[in-house]
Amino acid sequence: MKSYLLPEFKIDREEERCIRCRVCERQCAFETQRYDGELERMFSDAEKCVGCQRCVIFCPANALSVSSNQFAYRLNYGWTRERISDLKKQAETGGIILAGCGNDKPYRIYFDHIVLNASQVTNPSIDPLREPMELRTFLGQKLDSLALELEPGSEFKDVEIKMELPPTVMIETPIVFSAMSYGAISYQAFKSLAIAASGYGTLFNTGEGGLPKDLRAKYWKNAIVQCASGRFGVDAEYFNCSTAVEIKIGQGAKPGIGGHLPAEKVSYSIAETRMIPEGSDAISPAPQHDIYSIEDLSTLIYALKEVTNYEKLVSVKIAAVHNSAAIASGMVRAGADIIALDGLRGGTGAAPKIVRDNVGIPIELAIASVDQRLREEGIRNRSSIIAAGGIRCSADVIKAIALGADAVYIGTAALVAMGCTLCQKCYTGRCSWGICTQDPYLAKRINPDIAARRLMNLLRGWSLEMKEMLGGMGINAIESLRGNRDHLRGVGLQEWELDVLGVKGAGE
Amino acid sequence: MGVEGVFRGIMRRIYCKEEVCIGCRLCEVWCRIEHSKSKKVLKAFLYEKERAIQRVQVEERGAVSFALQCRHCEEPDCVYSCISGALYKGNEVVMHDTSRCVGCWSCVLACPYGVIAMDEVRGKAWKCDFCEGVGREEPICVEKCPNEALRLALVLEVEHAESE
Repeated sequence: MKSYLLPEFKIDREEERCIRCRVCERQCAFETQRYDGELERMFSDAEKCVGCQRCVIFCPANALSVSSNQFAYRLNYGWTRERISDLKKQAETGGIILAGCGNDKPYRIYFDHIVLNASQVTNPSIDPLREPMELRTFLGQKLDSLALELEPGSEFKDVEIKMELPPTVMIETPIVFSAMSYGAISYQAFKSLAIAASGYGTLFNTGEGGLPKDLRAKYWKNAIVQCASGRFGVDAEYFNCSTAVEIKIGQGAKPGIGGHLPAEKVSYSIAETRMIPEGSDAISPAPQHDIYSIEDLSTLIYALKEVTNYEKLVSVKIAAVHNSAAIASGMVRAGADIIALDGLRGGTGAAPKIVRDNVGIPIELAIASVDQRLREEGIRNRSSIIAAGGIRCSADVIKAIALGADAVYIGTAALVAMGCTLCQKCYTGRCSWGICTQDPYLAKRINPDIAARRLMNLLRGWSLEMKEMLGGMGINAIESLRGNRDHLRGVGLQEWELDVLGVKGAGE
Repeated sequence: MGVEGVFRGIMRRIYCKEEVCIGCRLCEVWCRIEHSKSKKVLKAFLYEKERAIQRVQVEERGAVSFALQCRHCEEPDCVYSCISGALYKGNEVVMHDTSRCVGCWSCVLACPYGVIAMDEVRGKAWKCDFCEGVGREEPICVEKCPNEALRLALVLEVEHAESE
């Protein structure tokens, strides 16, 4: 069928700068660039271009530029270029339109409508370069009360804790790498996250694809291992090679939708890690078929605690949806040590575009409503909240924590640090940056040494910025900011939005 | 077990980490630029009459690739085979004086790595000079490798005692 789709990008090659070195041709995973030996010049097929900018970055002569193709359908507010393209694509294929990355639609980003406070005159700000500033965060249950035994007359010298303390996990900065499985991303990218997490003293999340055997000895202390609906790579040893176990109920990019790692990506090593036959489809069902209620969830949580000898935290991850607050309350009561909330803008390797763009609620509102509900019920101390989905910078982290989160998950931001340009073609498995691919030729493009360095730089940079912001507010520990919404003010928000966020309007 | 023999020095060598060499061939591009007259990208490739020759070659099959340049052998067959004395062992590396090269290609035949390039136009052989010829501290291929596949390493060079 003749395709009626217009090319999305335009490739401009300055002919007098092109040295015909063919670097662009080799770097493009979509075969957009082509060398003609007879004419001794390069040609580009713009219709294949995904706009990932790999060729532009690698061109040693700066001869290339790739820009959005400003093709001219008649301007129409409702029938946008994207709507028309999707209609044509669907008319040609009759299928579900897939997409990678997170929701790119202009839903209100509440982080951008919240401003932070700073100390002036009546209270001193703190200079983080001269005074200690604490970003350390402890994840896990905090006790309602502590039973101490005191020797009579010993004047608090021999105080002993008379109860068993629940496990907690210390992280150096309240930023954790979110779940990205080996299979969804390349081994190299996966390993980079592990190296960076262990180097900086934070955690990475294995996603539901298991934890490769060769990474266990070195990185288990920094691993959150996931137990999702597909139960891939799951056994007692796997659960114990971790610092926390996460039950994945849902994902922000595709709430209510399962996953599918196509057979062609299931290489020998992925098959071994996931414990499935090589070259078979890895399908994660939409629900966990043993969890249809809070009671069922509790059963699984305690099964996992049992198998890990009550030494590991158990986290439950849900997509932020309409009833998150009530669901979260149930999760806490079911025994979850961590509640992970994944918002509307959370990323994915592949999801139906229609779901990615239309399902879920913004993470800012979810954090606020969950934190509020748990406080009202007096159970906020029983779980930590990790917020995910659309954390783009250190200010977002600060705002998320002030709204009530304990820490945040970053996925997209980490991938961007490694090279990702959000071209949204993750689902093709042809990532030119070597991240979302299992093709050995492409996966080599991530050198774990470099990528881990980039990730650690990102964590360091954000942490320094967070200290600056905290100092400005006159706070010297992230603990003091948690749920401290007095430090936030809304700008350009309506009454109901301020209500849900629990934030006053600016000037109030 | 120690290494037996006479210590001769610490030598710098270029190594390629095959598992992260992405076959982009930017090493080849930059080698050629660095060894050109102008050392400018566009001039070197498009305008210089005397085309500079790259001294590094990426070997590639499927997903496996690595950049290969002169290994600067301890016992260089190329030097032994050279009939005009153009190839000689310098301080650290095997050097080539192109003005003395007669283009007999003996070195090309002798090199076990196949890293000596034949320039049939000028009738001369070309090989990696560790960028000493262009006055660089660090070879350009190592500096420009985008994925840090090419690295400079220090190796101990030892003259082995004859075993009995």
